[in-house]
This record gives sequence, C-alpha cells and structure tokens, in this order.
Amino acid sequence: MPIDMFIDRWLHVVVGIVWIGLLYYFNFVQAVALPKAKADNTAAGITKHVAPLALLWFRWAALVTWITGAYYLERAGIGIGNAFLLKGAAAPIGIGAWLGTIMLFNVWVLIWPNQKKVLGIVPADDAAKAKAARIAFLASRTNTMLSLPMLFFMVAGPHGLPRIGM
Amino acid sequence: MKNPLDSIWGTIIAGVILTVILYYVARNFLVGTA
Repeated sequence: MPIDMFIDRWLHVVVGIVWIGLLYYFNFVQAVALPKAKADNTAAGITKHVAPLALLWFRWAALVTWITGAYYLERAGIGIGNAFLLKGAAAPIGIGAWLGTIMLFNVWVLIWPNQKKVLGIVPADDAAKAKAARIAFLASRTNTMLSLPMLFFMVAGPHGLPRIGM
Repeated sequence: MKNPLDSIWGTIIAGVILTVILYYVARNFLVGTA
C-alpha cells in the first residue's frame, strides 16, 4: 500500500476515534451527568469549560474523518461515486459512507448551531435554548444510533460482509 | 409512544436493529456484497 494511503487510513481511524469517542462521551456520560450537576449547582464546570472544548474537537474531528475517508475511497480505486451509488463491491463501504455523511451533516447543521445557543455562545432566550437543547440532543442520539451500523459497514469494507446462516 | 432515543438503551437497541436491517438489505439486494 502506498505511504499516503496508509497514513490517510491511519489518520481516518484516529480522528474517527476522536469523533465517535466524544459522541459517546456526550451521550453516555455528559447527558447523564449534567442534570445531576444542575441539581447541585455544579453544572457550570461542564457547560463553561468541558462542553465547548469537547465540541471543538468533536466537530473538527468529524470533518477530518469524512475528508480522509473520501480521500481513501478515491485513492484505493473504489471511487466516491461508486460508494455513494452502492455499486457492486463498493456497496458495504458505501452504506458506511452514507451513514457517516448523514452524521457529519447532523454535527455541523443540527448539533453545533444548537449547542451554541444552549451554551450561550450565541444569544438565545430560555424558550429558544430549550428548543435548541432538544434538537441537539435528538441529533446526537440519532448519531449514536447510526454509529453502530456505520462502524459495522466500515469494518466490513475491506473484508466483505460476514456470512450469517447461509 | 415514547421516543427510543430518549434512553441510552433504546438508542443502542435501535442502532442494532438498524444494523441488522441494513445487513440483510446489503446481502440480498446489492450486487457483489456477499
């Protein structure tokens, strides 16, 4: 494998771990801990210092993951077009690519703009903050749900799909 | 009906179900995936 492809795939996995690791942190840790922190008035530590930094790494890792994945598809001769059109052997990785692309959209279009309102980075009244929090929460949970088939098809990519019961 | 995404386990179970559905779609309807 050429060195640029190897480094690209390596980077794709590393930044993918940053992205999905922070996604799981938000869903499995922060979303559970925050209501408890609010109850004893210690939430500011999370909302002022942890969440903005986590979101910074989260959204940029998402973008770099997508770019390095697209580069690999082209460089490996699979083709972005073949993947997204689910053509032949490109279909499994194509399903993963579609799911990852939907997740990237959710990060930049739904989660980040709404989290900016929730965290007070952009001004919003209480009603707007509550609505933004719900949208960001559901988009984040949607991404957590989609991450399971996305990773399944990403792992299946180079090796094909497992045979089950046939 | 409660939204399954409101709970962590509902989210995980929904993800697993979606994985199984997409697996069978890929195996049975997309060429060259087996």
